[in-house]
Amino acid sequence: MSVLFLSRSARPRWLTPPLIVGAVLILFWLVATVAAPWMSAHAPLDMVGRRLQPPSWDHLLGTDALGRDVLSRTLHGARHSIPIAVTVVAFAVAIGASLGAVAGFVGGFVDTVIMRMVDVTLSFPPMLLAMAVAASLGPGLENAAIAMVIVWWPVYARLMRAQVLEVREREHVEAAIASGATQGRVLGKHVLPLCWTPVLISATMDLGQVILLAASLSFIGLGATPPTPEWGSMISDGASQFYSWWVALGPGLAILTIVLGFNFIGDGLHDYFDPRSR
Amino acid sequence: MSASPLFEVRDLRVAFGRNGTYAEAVRGISLHVDPGEVLGIVGESGSGKSVGMLAALGLQPEGARVTGSVRFDGRELVGLPRRELRKLRGSRIAMIFQDPLSSLNPVMTVGEQIIEAVRLHNPDMSRHAAADRARDLLALVAIPQPDRRLAQYPHEFSGGMRQRVMIAMAVANDPDLLIADEPTTALDVTVQAQIMEVLAELQARLKLGLILITHDLGVLAGHADRVAVVYAGQVVEQAGVDDLFARPGHPYTRGLIASIPDMTVQNDRLFSIDGTPPALGQLPAGCAFHPRCIAAGEICRREAPSMREEGGHAAACHFAFAPSETIA
Repeated sequence: MSVLFLSRSARPRWLTPPLIVGAVLILFWLVATVAAPWMSAHAPLDMVGRRLQPPSWDHLLGTDALGRDVLSRTLHGARHSIPIAVTVVAFAVAIGASLGAVAGFVGGFVDTVIMRMVDVTLSFPPMLLAMAVAASLGPGLENAAIAMVIVWWPVYARLMRAQVLEVREREHVEAAIASGATQGRVLGKHVLPLCWTPVLISATMDLGQVILLAASLSFIGLGATPPTPEWGSMISDGASQFYSWWVALGPGLAILTIVLGFNFIGDGLHDYFDPRSR
Repeated sequence: MSASPLFEVRDLRVAFGRNGTYAEAVRGISLHVDPGEVLGIVGESGSGKSVGMLAALGLQPEGARVTGSVRFDGRELVGLPRRELRKLRGSRIAMIFQDPLSSLNPVMTVGEQIIEAVRLHNPDMSRHAAADRARDLLALVAIPQPDRRLAQYPHEFSGGMRQRVMIAMAVANDPDLLIADEPTTALDVTVQAQIMEVLAELQARLKLGLILITHDLGVLAGHADRVAVVYAGQVVEQAGVDDLFARPGHPYTRGLIASIPDMTVQNDRLFSIDGTPPALGQLPAGCAFHPRCIAAGEICRREAPSMREEGGHAAACHFAFAPSETIA
């Protein structure tokens, strides 16, 4: 943590305190994703104590209504949330960015068709659309993930299309065409490599947003099913135990820190890639 | 004119349309280049010189309408399928653009880009052989330490060095025709001369047909065989370079020549042609140049002049080659 207190001149300008905090937070949750069984004192599904115990040295974040250790469950929650967030964003970027790139590069009718699909999808409030899709597919984290990909791909399609439209007008693209490069080659070698930065930044920030949306779906019972230690459903449990505030505190803090962490990193990437802030 | 020109443009027209109405940016350009010949095309910004040459290679902006005839080595290019045009571009007809920084891909090393240019038209060539070729090409355009340079990115090159790279890429596949669109405009004056020297040397060595597009008549004086002067989308004068300077037939050409700063004369002000070129789609009646012409007469306002030729020297002016020439 001592880097945080270095003077401005001692660290690179893009290495800002928020970026460092974000990196530490995300690193912690990445470690938890891999090592939750070794980091936590109890198994997430074991009823290890009296029910609804407040935090104590035995149970740092207390126990829930079934006497399960909240801290252990919170740490194990990362094993569900982070892989889902990564998968959802990966699929959304893969689908959205390729469709957006094609739309921007080919133009005309193809562009119109793809972008109208984007408009239609984006015209629904994301939570509502995700709820509708998840509800029609049935509960379960996999179905929630599919619903979230459907909600999220248009964001990347728009972003990528805008980038491609800008880059393809640059002179080196014309020079490549003038030297006899094929369409596919121009797109793959001279346009796309210059389009990734905003997509990368946006994807990093969206990792946090997807975790939030996944938790929301689980909160209303459309995502993870009990007894899975998923943060959204844990908060839902906590909401019905209003006076046992600690039941929701663990997963709440988890979501807070992970969303914050991804946002800080996304912001940091933005500063890093933006030549004006370097 | 020799029997079969390498590159011949006849009545080339490029029009840009919006809502069904078209405005012509190029209004019937005709010119030709013989093998190994250097043709200079000179004109102001927006005169249609670049647009016309790009359109001749099928590189017109989307939505532009191209008519007329462009023959390269006996083959008609207008209306040629995109695949066929692509095979010609970069192999037999190459181009150099104005701004060498924005014409190079910023995220690929210079070596990768040259190797790509070579292999696009020689898909069977190994990467290794293409890399050797790239090294030779850099040496050809006099870039020192080619091995180190090949691994660098365009931003690590100076403007002049970048333009040398562009030239190396353009001649990578031994083209017959090279179209250089304002190759020195974005460069320092001192570097301009060096780049022109590299171009001229390569042209002579590789027997290239070269089209040199510029707005600087001075550049053409030492390097072109023939010059075509373009005004408002038309060729207004065409002549051998010495003839053109000695005996300009069109008042616009006289204006351009008079605008070249002369260091031997003590002058407070530089000469300039009054007025501005007509905007696209807002051509004056009669001769397009008459509102700016100091020698314009009654007929110039009514009638567009046709080309008059006299011993290989052609000018589109009602008063061209008249005995009582007005000196600008």
